[in-house]
Amino acid sequence: MATENPNETDNNISKISKIRINKWLVYAGVGGIALIISFILRQVDLEVFLKFPLDVEFPVKSRMNDGLDWLVINGAWFFDGISYQIKVWLGRLKDFLIWLPWPVFSGLVLLLAWRIGGRKIVLLAITALLYIGVMHLWESAMVTVAIMIVSVSISIMFGIPIGILGSRSDRFDRILRPILDGMQTMPSFVYLVPGIMFFGLGNVSAVIATVLYSIPPCIRLTNLGIRQVDSQVIEAGTAFGSNRMQLLTKVQIPLAIPTIMAGINQTVMMALAMSTIAAMVGAGGLGQDVLLSMGQLDQGGAFLAGMGIVLMAIVIDRITQGYIESSQSSSGTTNRE
Amino acid sequence: MLQNNTTTESPLAPIISVRSLWKIFGSNQDEIVNADEGDTDKSEVLQESGDVIALNDVSFDVFPGETFVVMGLSGSGKSTLVRCLLRLIEPSSGEININDDDILLYDAAKLREFRRNEMAMVFQHFGLLPHRNVIDNAAYGLELKGIDKDERYEIAKHMLEKVGLDGWEEARTSELSGGMQQRVGLARALTVDPTILLMDEPFSGLDPLIRRQMREELADLQAELQKTIVFITHDLDEAVTIGDRIAIMRDGRITQLGTPEEIITNPADDFIKEFTRDISQTRVLSVQSIASDLEQVFETTARVSEIIEGMEDTGKEFAFIVDNDNKLLGFIDKEAIEAAGNDAPLKDMDLSVIEPIHESTVIEDVVQLTLDNPYPIPIVDDENILTGLATHDAILQAFAENALQQQSN
Repeated sequence: MATENPNETDNNISKISKIRINKWLVYAGVGGIALIISFILRQVDLEVFLKFPLDVEFPVKSRMNDGLDWLVINGAWFFDGISYQIKVWLGRLKDFLIWLPWPVFSGLVLLLAWRIGGRKIVLLAITALLYIGVMHLWESAMVTVAIMIVSVSISIMFGIPIGILGSRSDRFDRILRPILDGMQTMPSFVYLVPGIMFFGLGNVSAVIATVLYSIPPCIRLTNLGIRQVDSQVIEAGTAFGSNRMQLLTKVQIPLAIPTIMAGINQTVMMALAMSTIAAMVGAGGLGQDVLLSMGQLDQGGAFLAGMGIVLMAIVIDRITQGYIESSQSSSGTTNRE
Repeated sequence: MLQNNTTTESPLAPIISVRSLWKIFGSNQDEIVNADEGDTDKSEVLQESGDVIALNDVSFDVFPGETFVVMGLSGSGKSTLVRCLLRLIEPSSGEININDDDILLYDAAKLREFRRNEMAMVFQHFGLLPHRNVIDNAAYGLELKGIDKDERYEIAKHMLEKVGLDGWEEARTSELSGGMQQRVGLARALTVDPTILLMDEPFSGLDPLIRRQMREELADLQAELQKTIVFITHDLDEAVTIGDRIAIMRDGRITQLGTPEEIITNPADDFIKEFTRDISQTRVLSVQSIASDLEQVFETTARVSEIIEGMEDTGKEFAFIVDNDNKLLGFIDKEAIEAAGNDAPLKDMDLSVIEPIHESTVIEDVVQLTLDNPYPIPIVDDENILTGLATHDAILQAFAENALQQQSN
């Protein structure tokens, strides 16, 4: 239609650009007026305008600190219990991984890479394993792997059920969303201090901080994956008399698996990113190597250990991505009309 | 507004009975439903709120074993209607009685039982579970009922054979063509052995050749299984082919309800007329409508000389023989009767067999028969009682009239 009347399209374009210019003029005007007012207020020099007249910072801050103190003292039985469990399991896992001779561990990793990812990823895994071995990072790497396994397991254990709840109740989702936003934007160091207060220095605080930092993508993508399931398939499932549980376990979760897996992949990546920061509260592993080297102004050592983390991240990412792809093609979600 | 000119009332009680069903999408459901017909408030409420009336006071009955077609364009409310029958969409008001039970009063558990046992649905976009293979899809309804694996696989396998998918049990649904996916959808619906089968434009997504083939297969299956089918389509041609009765919907109302013949020959408004234009009347008109009067019909007690006399008088070289209940026994031509001689008693003669046609057969289906047969074809009713004759002239005339009518349109 537009081609029949080129004048009309020209008109439309000029109209649109005119509107755009007007909008920019308005922005510039508002900015200009704000500057002029600021200038005048500075000249007048009234204290009310130059400094906030009210200050509640101190009471809020001290209340929060008091509250935390109270929790630390009165919740000790609870936090100590969790702390003990994590410490025991993490310790066993770490000892076991270090005890495993390197050829066995490498063999298992390569087998996994080959089964899921194919030749390319095997080559990548060989490079990473060689690097870690040659650079004397093996034991640190095993400690990092142990921390990863424990914290990612906890993230999944809580993240998937919370994500499912979020997908089923819009109200819960509305409450959840700002909390997750907060968790993801809060600087990760902030998690460390309460970690130390509740769980003491060491691996447990590191695990808790890592879980807090890495759980949001798992929750979000589980929620999203279930909400995204084709409404026609859900309708069909309902039409044959599925109850809510059957719909969830037989239709929604199986179809959401690729998205949930993408969430787990993100969780692993974020957990690895946290490993250096977690080393500040006494988590061992590659992160600690980076930190110690930096403290001794040994830039080379810091770089080598950091490289180890990067290689590990790449290998884990490729293997999980490979798994997501294979689960997608087998569930047929990619080639539906 | 509702034109219920049904002539073929079934003697059975209806299996589905829908009474003044309303569905309004929006927030002012009560106001609109309670407003009187033609009330100005109603249109005002609609305009102000932007609410949409999807079903406007819909009532109809479906009888056991019939194929009831709901035909309408997109936006006519036909999909909403079929979803209300399963309460996939909750109606705003009205009654849906199925087996004399108002399903709108069911609680969640009872509704689930109803969906598992009484009704099954076939979807336009198949709605198969892509993470399962064919047999697990077909057995889905049975799985929900809690039937154990061996038994449900056995039933599902049997149904897959019926829809022509044996050997595909282990295949992924994504590997199948559209037509085959819909066969899985059909098998899934049939495995639960529902009393009522709902089909929401099941063949619309398929290409025309496959569509026709599926229609024929559905007809064969229906002949065997005798389900009550509620079939949704936007295609009047399809409606006429498979429907025993058709309800035509427009703007949420049923504007005409009747047999294909009634709708084609007597469309209720211009809108329906527009649809019926492309459909040949010979496809819906039964031979009964063109049957000529009985002639050359004799009882077995008649004398041969009488028959020969009759043939000479009319110039027709055939005669139909009936018993004293007017049931068709056979047929005899001039040659045969002359060979027998004047005084032979009729009951000793060998009558040639001529296959009669049932009075509900549509004209188009007897064309081949007329071509193969030099004589008129006898028309009988359910009891094999001779009711009329289909002559070549009458059949030709029906086609000619139809062609003329379509030209003038």
